[in-house]
Amino acid sequence: MSKFTLNVNGQSHDVEAADDTPLLWVIRDHLDLVGTKFGCGVGQCGACTVHLDGQPSRACLIPAVAAASMKITTIEGLSADGNHPLQQAWCELDVAQCGYCQAGQIMSAAALLAGKAHPSDQDIDEAMSGNLCRCATYYRIRAGVHRAAELAATGLEVAK
Amino acid sequence: MSSLLSAPLDRRGFLKLASLATGGLVLGYTLRPSGQAQVVKPADDSVEGSFSPNAYIRIAPDGTVTIYSVRPEIGQGIKTSLPMIVAEELGADWKNVKVVSAPLDPAYGRVGNQSAGGSMSVPTSYLPMRRVGATARVMLLTAAAQIWGVPASECYVKDGVVHHRDSGRTLSFGELVAKAATLPVPDESLVPLKDPKDFSLLGYRIGGVDNPKIVTGQRLFGIDQKVPGMLYAVYQKCPVWGGSPLSANLDHVKTLPGVKDAFLINRTYPEGKLTGLVPGVAIVADSTWSAFSARRELEVKWDKGPFAASSWADFTTQADALGERGKSGADSPGIIRTRHDGDVAGALQAAAKTVEARYFYPFISHTNLEPQNCTVSVQGDQVEVWAPTQNPGAAQSIVAGVLGVPLENVRVTITRIGGGFGRRLDPDPVAEAAVISQKIAAPVKLTWDRTDDLQHDHFRPAGFHYLKGGVDAQGKLTAWQSHHVAFGSTLTPDDFPARFVPNFSLLTSNLKNRVPQGPWRAPGDCTYAFVTGSFIDELAHAGGRDPIEFSLELFGDRKLVAGSGPRGRPYNAERMHGVIKEVAAQSGWGKALPRGQGMGLGYYFSHQGYVAQVATVTVTPKGELTVNRVVACVDVGSQIINLSGAENQAQGSIIDGLNAAWKQDLDIQKGRIVATNFDAYPMLRSPEAPREIAIHFVKTDYPPTGMGEPVLPSVAPAVANAIFAATGIRIRQLPFSRTDLKWS
Repeated sequence: MSKFTLNVNGQSHDVEAADDTPLLWVIRDHLDLVGTKFGCGVGQCGACTVHLDGQPSRACLIPAVAAASMKITTIEGLSADGNHPLQQAWCELDVAQCGYCQAGQIMSAAALLAGKAHPSDQDIDEAMSGNLCRCATYYRIRAGVHRAAELAATGLEVAK
Repeated sequence: MSSLLSAPLDRRGFLKLASLATGGLVLGYTLRPSGQAQVVKPADDSVEGSFSPNAYIRIAPDGTVTIYSVRPEIGQGIKTSLPMIVAEELGADWKNVKVVSAPLDPAYGRVGNQSAGGSMSVPTSYLPMRRVGATARVMLLTAAAQIWGVPASECYVKDGVVHHRDSGRTLSFGELVAKAATLPVPDESLVPLKDPKDFSLLGYRIGGVDNPKIVTGQRLFGIDQKVPGMLYAVYQKCPVWGGSPLSANLDHVKTLPGVKDAFLINRTYPEGKLTGLVPGVAIVADSTWSAFSARRELEVKWDKGPFAASSWADFTTQADALGERGKSGADSPGIIRTRHDGDVAGALQAAAKTVEARYFYPFISHTNLEPQNCTVSVQGDQVEVWAPTQNPGAAQSIVAGVLGVPLENVRVTITRIGGGFGRRLDPDPVAEAAVISQKIAAPVKLTWDRTDDLQHDHFRPAGFHYLKGGVDAQGKLTAWQSHHVAFGSTLTPDDFPARFVPNFSLLTSNLKNRVPQGPWRAPGDCTYAFVTGSFIDELAHAGGRDPIEFSLELFGDRKLVAGSGPRGRPYNAERMHGVIKEVAAQSGWGKALPRGQGMGLGYYFSHQGYVAQVATVTVTPKGELTVNRVVACVDVGSQIINLSGAENQAQGSIIDGLNAAWKQDLDIQKGRIVATNFDAYPMLRSPEAPREIAIHFVKTDYPPTGMGEPVLPSVAPAVANAIFAATGIRIRQLPFSRTDLKWS
């Protein structure tokens, strides 16, 4: 067991957990932030994608204690009021079906857009290939990333 | 919370509640002319001052319209589409509609059992939901007419407001709530329904009602549930189906950090079934990770049961032996004649060309991205269940049965669900969580890991089809002989192309096995469409015919073709003819393409929908496949409910169908699934999704039907046939990835 402090979405949390506890389970069970999802536990599905110092990372693979010095962002902290261009685009284009993977999809896409304002289809496919969508909403995910890029560029506000 | 709903209300009880609800106004319930079941209030305790003509609607004085979503949301969009139907007939302003998930409750019996499966929600709920909305509309309209002292016929409802046509006076729903609550509830079956040409919501694009919560990560799903005092459980079953634990190192496991208890469960419920509670070892801990972590140290001695040697290789050998015997007809043990029309042997002999082929496909998993889970709190003989289940009624009855408590003591909250696909029609995780919660006398959330989910799925059935077909000198299909060797064949005498080939024979056989199986999105059709659609293409090419022309000829000018016997399924040849013609036009069928590119046709009648698709593919000489474009024409009747949702289902079904056809593959060795996680279970990913998908809804004058399944089956044959057109390579097994597509 270790005691450490996690910086999640700009807030500090004191945590006590076994050394091998993956960040995913500390976020979900200890901090009760349930937007980050469990899908496979081996980094294959991307449902648990969070940002560690801005980099998209699989929270199921990283021991929480190893993230203690990093700035952790989860879907709950992606924007102040749910109005990140990706969140707006996802609502506008009605991307989700079951919705279970979408937090991970959005976190991967957010990292992509942060580095490349206008990604091509190929850029999107590459950046998103680690995120499974079992409902297979890939077609709308692609469109959603393009739409978010457009919203970010023009500062457009859309009705949610 | 659901106490208002759980107990049947007597009249006095109802009066009391209703008085509370309306601030003490005199109620007109005694005047209710319909003689229906008692009006029951919605599952919400904040009913003061609001108007609820039935359990599905509550309108507050501020004009907010709450509509109760009564079926599980598995991604099929039902939490949006059924309330849209209610809101349309009600005349509500969608901006003022709040959708709330209802628990399992007999008050919602108008839609049957509150399950979600078989694409049945729209066909069974369309009319009842319209009536529910229309009833409230009529009452609000009557209320306004009475206030104004004008005939109701001079008033109309639009966007949450009642208008008096001549005077221009208006009253909003909120302003009418108090008056409407005093009126008798009319007989639902007699209220006038809107003319669909006046619809202002149905057929338009409406975003999913939970979208804002999904994109911000709010608590919605089964796995997100948290109740006071809750512990976390895992349940290790024998990897070999039908096995049970003899002993385990429980004393050691109980000493591990966070572990509260560990114990064997040596029960099967229902008795003899592999798809309910099966034996295993439970570990209960103070967090999910403590439980997962302790499980890594669990050692179990298993009795592996009588099927520990079964393997896919063995199944294949057995199937081929049966297939060989079937060639000489049905007079052989284990071979059942399911249908026989005309003179198949004679027609095959007389055929100008014949083709013989074996088609087959493996078991595959549902792989719901949200692993199976359930939260249950057992306190004495009272049980609360929070379940991501497609079948809350089955969840309730398995809990009552396995715990031995009365059915009405089991309250089921239906959570949002991270993928259904048929897997969550079976309530096995609910039974496991219930038994564990009862044993440790605390609320428990049970979470399966991916290995549990893969190895203890109720798999899409595998199957083998031994086929022979013949065309005459004009290239017309004259004979079709099929022998289905399966693990519980569901092919019926009505399955296509039965009834459309004059000389037709279907034999079926089943292999002994202990593989747990269950419905997988578009059950049966999801694999049969690949086999029949591909083999029809083979025969069209053998006859030197264009596949579209060849297929249209099968349907000819026939209209509705009756099913076999009183329970047989009719087939509307005209509707299938219609979508095939349309897809030829929409896809630009017939265009000459260079080698390595091709177009293919697939079509199938599934879950009451008629669907035809054309896929365009590119295959490089090295054998790399790209699906460039899929065009689908879909006939699900006269009315699309939510255009955005319906299109999303079609797009998703196409990619999901492609995922299953191209990638997913499970091997069985030593009585178990070999793969333990996604690293050994390939799935289609973003780069392999088609570049372009076009959906065309072909409207016909038939009642609206569901969109969860019908588009899935026909994508596999469309792509397989396109691969043949591109390369000359015929794919006769799933997944496609097993076939080398190299060409030169």
